[in-house]
Amino acid sequence: MAAVTALRSSCRAAGRLVCIHRVRSCSSIRFIKSKYVCVFDKSALKFSHQQRLFRTSAASCGQIVQFKLSDIGEGITEVTVKEWYIKEGDSVSQFDSICEVQSDKASVTITSRYDGIIRKLHYNLDEIAYVGKPLVDIEIDASKGVAPEEDVVETPPMSHEEHTHQEIKGHKTLATPAVRRLAMENNIKLSEVVGTGKDNRILKEDILNYLAKQTGAILPPSPKAEIIPPLPKSETLPAAPKDKAHKIPVPVSRPIVFSGKDKTEPITGFHKAMVKTMSAALKIPHLGYCDEIDLTQLVQLREELKPLAQTRGVKLSFMPFFIKAASLGLLQYPILNSSLDESCQNVTYKASHNIGVAMDTEQGLIVPNVKNVQVCSVFEIASELNRLQSLGSAGQLGTNDLTGGTFTLSNIGTIGGTYAKPVILPPEVAIGALGKIQVLPRFNGKGEVFKAQIMNVSWSADHRIIDGATMARFSNLWKSYLENPASMLLDLK
Amino acid sequence: MLLQSSLKNCLQLSCILRTPKAGFRSTTSGGLIIQSVSNDVYQNLAVEDWIHDHMNLENRQVLFIWRNSPAVVIGRHQNPWQECNLRLMRQKNIKLARRRSGGGTVYHDLGNINLTFFTTRKKYERMENLKLVVKALKALRPQLDVHVSDRYDILLDRHYKISGTAAKLGRATAYHHCTLLCNADKLVLSSVLKSPYRGLKSNATPSVPASVKNLFEEDPTLTCEMLLDAIAEEYATQHQIDHHITLINPADEIVLPGINNKTKELQTWEWVYGKTPKFSISTCFNMVYKDCVLDVKVDMDVKHGRIEACNVDLPEQWLPPALCRELAKSLTGSKFCPHETTTLATTLLRVCPQDDELHSKWNLLCENMIMLM
Repeated sequence: MAAVTALRSSCRAAGRLVCIHRVRSCSSIRFIKSKYVCVFDKSALKFSHQQRLFRTSAASCGQIVQFKLSDIGEGITEVTVKEWYIKEGDSVSQFDSICEVQSDKASVTITSRYDGIIRKLHYNLDEIAYVGKPLVDIEIDASKGVAPEEDVVETPPMSHEEHTHQEIKGHKTLATPAVRRLAMENNIKLSEVVGTGKDNRILKEDILNYLAKQTGAILPPSPKAEIIPPLPKSETLPAAPKDKAHKIPVPVSRPIVFSGKDKTEPITGFHKAMVKTMSAALKIPHLGYCDEIDLTQLVQLREELKPLAQTRGVKLSFMPFFIKAASLGLLQYPILNSSLDESCQNVTYKASHNIGVAMDTEQGLIVPNVKNVQVCSVFEIASELNRLQSLGSAGQLGTNDLTGGTFTLSNIGTIGGTYAKPVILPPEVAIGALGKIQVLPRFNGKGEVFKAQIMNVSWSADHRIIDGATMARFSNLWKSYLENPASMLLDLK
Repeated sequence: MLLQSSLKNCLQLSCILRTPKAGFRSTTSGGLIIQSVSNDVYQNLAVEDWIHDHMNLENRQVLFIWRNSPAVVIGRHQNPWQECNLRLMRQKNIKLARRRSGGGTVYHDLGNINLTFFTTRKKYERMENLKLVVKALKALRPQLDVHVSDRYDILLDRHYKISGTAAKLGRATAYHHCTLLCNADKLVLSSVLKSPYRGLKSNATPSVPASVKNLFEEDPTLTCEMLLDAIAEEYATQHQIDHHITLINPADEIVLPGINNKTKELQTWEWVYGKTPKFSISTCFNMVYKDCVLDVKVDMDVKHGRIEACNVDLPEQWLPPALCRELAKSLTGSKFCPHETTTLATTLLRVCPQDDELHSKWNLLCENMIMLM
């Protein structure tokens, strides 16, 4: 009751207790568990909204304030609650979004008037909420007191720059909510910071300077502090870099304050499936074999054929050549186009060469395949690749395109790298990773140095059914087709 | 010449937007009319967000005029599966966007004009804005029978809807935007705004279908340019400002700092699909496999656009039960999205016994499941 006496004494001149209540506002504060009595008076008796009206007693529990749904306009009395941005127990700052309500095609964002902790949500999702009735209960920190009550609509956007007062040990500390949050995050007592703003208010660079002295480092302004409040010209911001330039940190061996937090996410959907595949792949003993290919002649050939393919509406890359050469090689070494069953009892030699091409998309790695390469021309492979690539980037590949692969090539070189260690995609037994094409000096038959277009290939094969010699011979054949493209003509089907 | 004048406009705009007090000194003190040079729905929606968040509208109101290349725009709390034919849209490359205001689903193309009226929250008044539009239309073509309905639609000949409305109210500012059908493709409109998805149960805001008509059909001499000019003229008159439309480039970070982040956010899956209120699907379909017709029953709960629970009822032993359980387990937690489901299902197939029959059955089931999305 001491609090009430203090109040009464401070308002003796007025004769009675009033609190600000602009006539237009439909929101009001009602105190539950309050430590003092408040009488609403719509009379002209007004106090400057900057002054503190209540002194709180030094009690530990905060006061619960019922935040009522304010007027939406156009005579609307009820709305539907569509989304809650907070839940019970969350702490909110003034101007944080609390919920989204909808009324007749209008979506309204309700923002908090106070800093505090949400204690109760009065409505569930899709329930009807009434204008003028409580929306949430917020527990306001006892030391902070109640923010001046104002009709939110009449406040010009600059008003949040108006300072919410803090009373700590009887000393008024002026600071904006953003500055207070920055202080709170870094465990700084505002009473210990020297304010350099107007009326000794504490600005953001005061907090930063205080921190810099503590840690001996120049801290970048916290990105969160800059976002709240979301208005273009917080006067403190332009001032900050200037100030920092003048302060030279004194190196002190103190731990750097880092307020980042670990983030745990469940593995779902596509990534879950990837985990499964790769775990199965782990059971396959991988045989690795690498080599380098001189693509000088192929590069020239492609340059000649590119415009011709363009006239037919197809973009010609190197992949169709790699794929066709692989298929020709598989004709000689069919074991690389096979599949081993679960129990490792039987090997199935696949008749079709459905060569998969690894593609990097936004979601991750997908491997569509070109069907029946053994009966396709290089041009047909190129046009099919174009189709798969455009579907892949649009996220519209079908199940048929993504299943039935028997052998895979991964052109990681488009991103970079030379040698790789690709992982076999079950149920296949082999995979090749192609590095980037580099121009390197090499010796020709006459012992002269020439400019060669070199690409590295890294193969992996299932060592349970494929031995090193087979892999090497296949690789040599594939290499010979690509180093001398004319030789492909002899064996093309 | 055009470039110079638009550059000058941008600089003027930059001054107006960034130093609000300059608004008092500039010529457009009571109002501002801006028009987007972009036809990208996400960029234009981002401009709305930007103005809503950053502009001081205490002493100035803004009219924003924009048009989009083909897109479907759903309201803040709507369910795209309930509102439009996502399959058809993917095929036709028609984008899907979710706006921040409430209301129903609309189809935009270059034959549709969008108008956004920005004011302080106090001055939010939809009727006034729509009456302004009607006044402008009547000034242009006095014989047009257009009026504002009590649902805030503009009706032509008392019957056809030519404009729909939605609004967004924030802490201190508000905007009201509406469409205006000048010469939109009605065939595409009706085909994409018809949802083929069955068995959906949701509390999302439903759209109210209406017969629509283009103003062009009523008077073939009308063009979009004429309409937006007439509306700008009326706005200028009512706000006592110059009839001057400032062009605005929604990709310009200098005039609109932070706009590209806003554009990106509007394009994320989490915003477009993830903001769908919780819904459930309970449906069945037939599959034909080798002269047999099979009944499949699917039940799914979708929250934040992700499958929370999934149950697929197949005829006994048509597929190994372990595989079915595996499918249901993998789908749980994944996005309710055909691409994600396809990659998931096909990847799962890799660790199954290599049996052609099994593969074709699996593909058939998955293709049908994907049709639900």
